[in-house]
Amino acid sequence: MARIVLDGLSKVYPGGVQAVSDVSLDIADGEMIVLVGPSGCGKSTLLRMVAGLETITGGTLTIGDRVVNGLEPAQRDIAMVFQNYALYPHMTVYNNLAYGLRNQGVDKAEIERRVQEAASMLQIGEYLDRKPRNLSGGQRQRVAMGRALVREPAAFLFDEPLSNLDAKLRVQMRVEIRQLQKRLKTTSLYVTHDQLEALTMADRLVVLNGGRIEQVGTPMELYSKPATVFVAGFIGSPAMNLIDMAYLRDSGIAPQALPSGTDLIGVRPDELLLTAPAEPHLALNGTVALLEPAGAESHIYVTLGGSDQPITVRIAGLPQVTEGAPITLYAALDGLHPFNSASGRRTG
Amino acid sequence: MVENDRWGIFLAHLILIVGVAIVVFPVYVALIASTHAPGTFLQGVMPLLPGSHAIENYSTVIFEGRSNAGAPPIGLMLWNSFVMAMMIAVGKIAISLLSAFAIVYFRFRFRIFFFWIIFITLMLPVEVRIVPTYQVVANLGMLNSYWGLSIPLIASATATFLFRQFFMTVPEEMLEAARVDGAGPLKFFKDILLPLSVTNIAAMFVIMFIYGWNQYLWPLLVTNDEAYYTVVMGIQRMVTGADSEPLWHLVMATVVLAALPPILVILFMQRLFVKGLTETEK
Ligand SMILES: Nc1ncnc2c1ncn2[C@@H]1O[C@H](COP(=O)(O)OP(=O)(O)OP(=O)(O)O)[C@@H](O)[C@H]1O
Ligand SMILES: [Mg+2]
Repeated sequence: MARIVLDGLSKVYPGGVQAVSDVSLDIADGEMIVLVGPSGCGKSTLLRMVAGLETITGGTLTIGDRVVNGLEPAQRDIAMVFQNYALYPHMTVYNNLAYGLRNQGVDKAEIERRVQEAASMLQIGEYLDRKPRNLSGGQRQRVAMGRALVREPAAFLFDEPLSNLDAKLRVQMRVEIRQLQKRLKTTSLYVTHDQLEALTMADRLVVLNGGRIEQVGTPMELYSKPATVFVAGFIGSPAMNLIDMAYLRDSGIAPQALPSGTDLIGVRPDELLLTAPAEPHLALNGTVALLEPAGAESHIYVTLGGSDQPITVRIAGLPQVTEGAPITLYAALDGLHPFNSASGRRTG
Repeated sequence: MVENDRWGIFLAHLILIVGVAIVVFPVYVALIASTHAPGTFLQGVMPLLPGSHAIENYSTVIFEGRSNAGAPPIGLMLWNSFVMAMMIAVGKIAISLLSAFAIVYFRFRFRIFFFWIIFITLMLPVEVRIVPTYQVVANLGMLNSYWGLSIPLIASATATFLFRQFFMTVPEEMLEAARVDGAGPLKFFKDILLPLSVTNIAAMFVIMFIYGWNQYLWPLLVTNDEAYYTVVMGIQRMVTGADSEPLWHLVMATVVLAALPPILVILFMQRLFVKGLTETEK
């Protein structure tokens, strides 16, 4: 258990690719940080720099009270769970778990105790004598978790550990990992590109873009007050609608009293209503392009009148709308997200 | 695959049977020939049925050797061949595993250069470099020794290349997991890479053992002490050495005996192949 401090971390790959630029982050003891971002934004690189699998070309990394920049992974007191599990195929599950401990010189009885404890925590006790190839994907995932657990490390590092599981198992393991992490209070860094995973698991969420941090905050902070257009578009599904102020002005419905510099308005699909609310609101006219029922909720794709701007609406249940028919959407003014498109930042 | 095609199946079997027959026939002839009396072959007709002198011929070859057959007892020659083949096979595998490990997992200077150097030696089999190699071995005083028989044949580009290809299929994550688990390079090699390579090593061992066993020209050059004759060159001496007609029945008995160890090696190693094939480790 430890605090992890990233101070101005940068990574330039030998070929000259700048994968991570000046990332600073202070991770509290026991905190679960989730790194999200589009493919190629440097999530894995950053995680692997913390793990010691990738050299750090700039900045300092502190785990606990040691600067670990030059240390081998094994000396950093971390454990990593890999995307493809990376279990040792020729070793039994027991030996997979025990291997790292043996290398540390932990004595036999203690290894036995820790392996049994991890195995019962993860319910893999009955597979201890099997080889990894005789396990299902979900069981392998648990073994990979177990290998991290037995080390009793200062920090867990996860690189998309659930991406090889089917949707149902993914939800189950997500919950289990989070429960386990909360119980053990082990500082964790978790990389994913699944934003549901990100929102549900994180104490704090870090959105990376092009190797830089876009925003850091609790999932609710990022969802309700995205600091940049990028975060607004990235967090939340379906993605936030972005409407050009010019269109609103042309239609004569531009709201007054927006922060200065605002030329882009963001509205979450679930903040759009089909009936007018009591508070001050914006009314948008358009036609229904497509109705997409998705069980408990439905998505309506609307084309705004006089523009080809598509708008997504998320409504509970199955609304009574017909494709091709005109529709009016309402959005409360205090639910709007004002942005400046040139800087890409929130204006207020 | 074409299924239920009677003609296809028939044809496939026909081709296989003809192929097997062509390969097996000479072996059969050797086996038959080793069971006949000395004079049989001088009549010019090759018998195709077993004769009655099997025990006599084999005991002559095994126990008496040169005294009346023109060659040392086969036991020593088999042993020499075995030692040479073992040293070559084990040495080749050990060296090529290590060099493949270095080439795949370490980023040292001139890595690619070294790889190509090794690769180019593929074009230089013993026969091509035999004169300088002989000179070196002679200067090192290794004529008439097991070292002289085996060391010049140990370096192997083929095996290095094969292991390199195999190591490159081992996922990078495996190495990283081992690093996180505190395994240094040699520990990774010993604990992870070697066990994963067992099937490949077994295959290489068989190939290299037979390669070593069948060496002919090299042992002929570096040994003139009977104590180091190998069985393959011994056979040649039996054919050309005696001043009378070659004693074909004894030559053939020796041939059959000489063919046994490689067969045993294959049979023994085959279990490892089959294991490797049925339970894929990755
Ligand atoms: N070994 C390398 N050498 C050079 N460039 C690399 C190397 N590894 C990654 N990169 C580059 O660094 C950038 C970040 O890669 P990284 O793997 O960290 O992305 P990621 O956020 O994990 O993406 P994904 O979600 O697809 O896994 C990418 O542009 C990638 O091309
Ligand atoms: Mg990645």
